[in-house]
Amino acid sequence: MSTLETTPATLTVAEEGIPNAKARRRGSRTIKIRGARPGWVTYGILTVVFLTGVFPLYWSFIIGSGDASSLRRPFSWVPGGNFWDNAMAVMNNEAVNFWPALWNSIYSSFLIAAAVVITSTLAGWAFAKLRFLGGPALLVFVVATMAVPQQLGVVPLYILFSELGWTGQIGAIIIPALTSAFGVFWMTQYLRQAVPDELIEAARVDGASMIRTFWTVGVTAARPAAAMLFLFTFVGAWNNFFWPFIVLDRQNPTLPVALSLLQSNYFVDYSIVLAGVILATIPLLLLFIFAGKQLVSGIMAGAVKG
Amino acid sequence: MTTTATRPATRPTKKDDGTRQPRVISFSQKLSKWDLKFSPYLYISPFFIMFAIVGLFPIGYTAVISFMDWDLVRNSGEFIGIDQYVWILTQPHFWTALRNTFSIFLLSSVPQLILAIFIAAVLDRNIRARTFWRMSVLLPFVVAPVAVGLIFTAIFADNFGLVNTWLNGIGIDGIPWHKDPLASHVAIATMVNYRWTGYNTLILLAAMQAVNRDFYEAATVDGAGPVRQFFSITLPSLKPTLIFVIITSTIGGLQIFDEPRVFDQFGRGGAGQQWLTIALYLYDIGWGQWNFGRAAAMAWILFVIILLIGLINLFITRTLVRDEGLHRELTKRQARALGKAAKKNVKEEASR
Repeated sequence: MSTLETTPATLTVAEEGIPNAKARRRGSRTIKIRGARPGWVTYGILTVVFLTGVFPLYWSFIIGSGDASSLRRPFSWVPGGNFWDNAMAVMNNEAVNFWPALWNSIYSSFLIAAAVVITSTLAGWAFAKLRFLGGPALLVFVVATMAVPQQLGVVPLYILFSELGWTGQIGAIIIPALTSAFGVFWMTQYLRQAVPDELIEAARVDGASMIRTFWTVGVTAARPAAAMLFLFTFVGAWNNFFWPFIVLDRQNPTLPVALSLLQSNYFVDYSIVLAGVILATIPLLLLFIFAGKQLVSGIMAGAVKG
Repeated sequence: MTTTATRPATRPTKKDDGTRQPRVISFSQKLSKWDLKFSPYLYISPFFIMFAIVGLFPIGYTAVISFMDWDLVRNSGEFIGIDQYVWILTQPHFWTALRNTFSIFLLSSVPQLILAIFIAAVLDRNIRARTFWRMSVLLPFVVAPVAVGLIFTAIFADNFGLVNTWLNGIGIDGIPWHKDPLASHVAIATMVNYRWTGYNTLILLAAMQAVNRDFYEAATVDGAGPVRQFFSITLPSLKPTLIFVIITSTIGGLQIFDEPRVFDQFGRGGAGQQWLTIALYLYDIGWGQWNFGRAAAMAWILFVIILLIGLINLFITRTLVRDEGLHRELTKRQARALGKAAKKNVKEEASR
């Protein structure tokens, strides 16, 4: 490592002819723009923040790996040996339906996210890049509906689905979530700045039809934003509780609904409840490990425009 | 369509040589015209058709139902005017729920915003392993609100909960988290803060990174310390983002349901409605008492509350946080007068 810190002789020779070569070297520019490297206090604060985020999950694991009395005993940092037993108790509980819940969560979130990405990309492309009568007004309208709470729609939706006989079925949570005003807004914002109008004109001049232009220019450009929209919609659908809790029943829940059932069944035994919480959280923790970076950049990209 | 049919016919006549036949519009050309005209509507239609069915129709129909006495067996209702609204507004439970919702909202949004700004300011420094730290603040965001609620319900358990055990350890009596209204609000607000602080931190961090670094350099040269720089440069530049964050957390915060629902195993807001929120109350009216007319009226009341509070917050943020950039030191009229005077001077100088 020491060779990297001292300037090698060859570099010194090469830099001789360049004015302010030292300032141009890699790394020094970021320091000039972004300020000096901070001291340990900064990292101390960030570590505290990080641990605050991780600790409740770790604590749940500790309690979830103990037995019914583990909450009453003094706190220990070492997990007990009962996690697998508790997890089995959650999975085999007939009132909770863990495996159907897991499968329901996976495929409903997947379908919802895919549908939202498709409808939002299509509509976003039209709003961002095509001129049509009423377009801007419609977009404003869509954005305004983002302020509407989901409670405002649940009564008629429930009546609708009970007329159809769909209450208790996963379709009842998929259908209302197939579109998203936020998704349309997001794709519109992204496509507006990502695709230069000249590109579309060039494609049109070359004889591409509207759908061909959309497919080759629009979809290609939309891919990064579409991936982020997919991730956020997936996480949102996975975590959604209010509407699934209303319309689904015990036989056919999603994971959050199953967790609330677990609580009403085992309210005295926190070890099993928290083992269930950890089990239900693992899929999204895996998602976070693989796609957390995209989630971060998605939030930060959306913020600048929003 | 008449305009599109005549246009190609007139175009060739403009050309100077009259030898060319006026072209008849071909089918493919027509197709292309239609393509151009109708494609946008075609593209937005999947969204709007679905949106109309599952988004707009329910909102309107909720308004209709809210003026009805809904019969669940016949699945129809009869109009009774504003009785449902009157019933709700005269319920003591409604006012308790309103108080609880506001209390939880304030306890979650204010500390959360301050913390988020602080953490964002720390992340905004030139740290190593930037992506790792940014990801680490976002981790709680992927944990479902129900899961967060269950974890913190155990942490704040009245007997043997983690917090009360610690408090006992340092010689303080445990706090009755599930009995005292304010204590339960603090516990529920902690769940919200746990999940959302990191998310808002990243939004604010993005806004901070967009601030021109030259401002800081100039301020340093002028002798402003880091604190002064934060209040005079960073905070004013964050204003649009702050408004966005505050409005979105108002919309979300007033709908709070998941966390109070799992705060005990009954999910009805506590024995004495200590943590009954508006959304919980709505659920109880609709699917506990099975009164859809009242639930619909409740939903509209919630919507109006959200709009009102959203507007109030917008107003407060606008006045409290100073405007972005420098205030203009001269009014327009003054500037114009100065410009005229300067011109006059120049003319006089020239004529001399």
